[in-house]
Amino acid sequence: MDITREDLKHLADLSNFSMSDEELTSLQGDLQGIVKYISELSELNTDGVEPTYQVFEMENTWRADEILPMDADREALLNLTVEAKDNQIKVPKVL
Amino acid sequence: MKTANKTITATQLVKDALKKAELFKDYNIFTALYGDKALARAAEIDAKIAAGEPVGRLAGVPFAAKDNYLVKDTLTTASANILKPFVAPVDATIISQLEAEGAIMIGKVNLDAFAHGSSTETSCFGPTLNAYDKTRVAGGSSGGSAVAVALDVVEFTTGSDTGGSIRQPASFNGVYGLKPTYGATSRYGVVSMASSLDTDGFFTKSAEDLDLLMQICAHQDKKDLTTLPDFYTESTAKKVKTIGIVKDFDNDAVNPEIRAALAKKCEDLKAKGYDIVELSMPTLKYALAVYYIIQPAEVASNLSRYDGVRYGFRSENSKDLDSLYGNTRNEGFMKENKRRIMIGNFVLSSGFYDAYFLKAAKARTLIIEEYAKAFEKCDVIMTPVSPNPAFKIGEKLGDPIAMYLEDMMSVSINLAGIPGLAVPAGKTAEGLPIGLQILAPRREDKTLIEFAKEIA
Repeated sequence: MDITREDLKHLADLSNFSMSDEELTSLQGDLQGIVKYISELSELNTDGVEPTYQVFEMENTWRADEILPMDADREALLNLTVEAKDNQIKVPKVL
Repeated sequence: MKTANKTITATQLVKDALKKAELFKDYNIFTALYGDKALARAAEIDAKIAAGEPVGRLAGVPFAAKDNYLVKDTLTTASANILKPFVAPVDATIISQLEAEGAIMIGKVNLDAFAHGSSTETSCFGPTLNAYDKTRVAGGSSGGSAVAVALDVVEFTTGSDTGGSIRQPASFNGVYGLKPTYGATSRYGVVSMASSLDTDGFFTKSAEDLDLLMQICAHQDKKDLTTLPDFYTESTAKKVKTIGIVKDFDNDAVNPEIRAALAKKCEDLKAKGYDIVELSMPTLKYALAVYYIIQPAEVASNLSRYDGVRYGFRSENSKDLDSLYGNTRNEGFMKENKRRIMIGNFVLSSGFYDAYFLKAAKARTLIIEEYAKAFEKCDVIMTPVSPNPAFKIGEKLGDPIAMYLEDMMSVSINLAGIPGLAVPAGKTAEGLPIGLQILAPRREDKTLIEFAKEIA
């Protein structure tokens, strides 16, 4: 499996990285090497095996649907952002 | 572990720890020190002791937290530029549990950025140096945690282990490191890396100290719904009789001095009356590939939250929202973070999902089954932690595959969710520590700790 220039650009887009051409180039060899390494898994026979996504052994844990105080309140959370106004987080224009 | 009392005060213990932190400054262990805060806490505890009030099982014990643990009103950076300005609004559950018993955090310690690495070299604060050789790496990702204990700056540290990040640095620095059963300890308030693998544990100078820390911290937490109902405090250790050795790890890929250390340990154990059995575990050779599919996939998902909007670093060069996301993420993440996010998005993307992510999830089932079968033949398994002792700083940094191969013997236990305990096992001719890991079935954390005490 070869990682082409287009594949790299697509992955950078999926990952939301505004990457320069130089940076993309510098990652190509690394990502190619990693993909080659993980592709070795194809030789393992997994026919008829169920996948495992978690090792927690338990199904959903439910709690009562009630409003509880959280560790951090609205003000504490808004303090974490660069700019807030009228209880809202401010960002540059969308369009 | 030395706790405070009427003659040895908490203030003295904290002052000693801060002095040592200063003395070993050139090892680059700490990302931040909180001396004044720690001394104020110590004074409170000393006042309680003087008044004869109860002070808890860790009264006045100085400790340090890996800098991916949230501690209220302190910086929590995960050693990553994108989180550098982040002041935590809450305490991690483990921090609350430790502080409730009187422990005093003196500072936060270094790690690979977002715990992505096996050497602590990818930290935005630069590498932590090995406690035994300053030209070598501390191991990782919890490098600062391991060196802080190895140099006796603090009595214990917290760490997180997604694929070996507690056990490997413990072995590189000659200390004890426990990766508990998945779900034994709370992950609330610890920066997420790969949620189905992340496990939080400790570094100490003895197995006895690990026992105490597990009694305090291995509890179900309403804030982390993947914590198991309490089992540690009620469980009794199984008397270990038979130890399994994985013969698939006994080959040229492993440093001869490490293989010799394991062989010697086996001889010692036989002489003490234990039985040694050889195990064939052929699927483990695929564990590293499985890990480097599942882990980046979960990393890509968990790290999508860092976009510069709600918290952390925000790029200043953005004209609209889209470029704010793209620039913040590109400027804020380190190279290894980017590699993992991009590989994660690759294995999850349409067209490759079945061949990579689904295939790895199926292989994970086979690895779990292989461990279950192995534990029918033995009580615990003993293997090296890593194929090499601490390597030179810079030696593997430019070669991600060489770095990943360091994890070949540590990752499978995270895939299986079982506990692993790294114990010191001598030194190489050059004087570098060697570590072995003892593995047990799920919920047998106490068996591991009691066995480690027995063979110390």
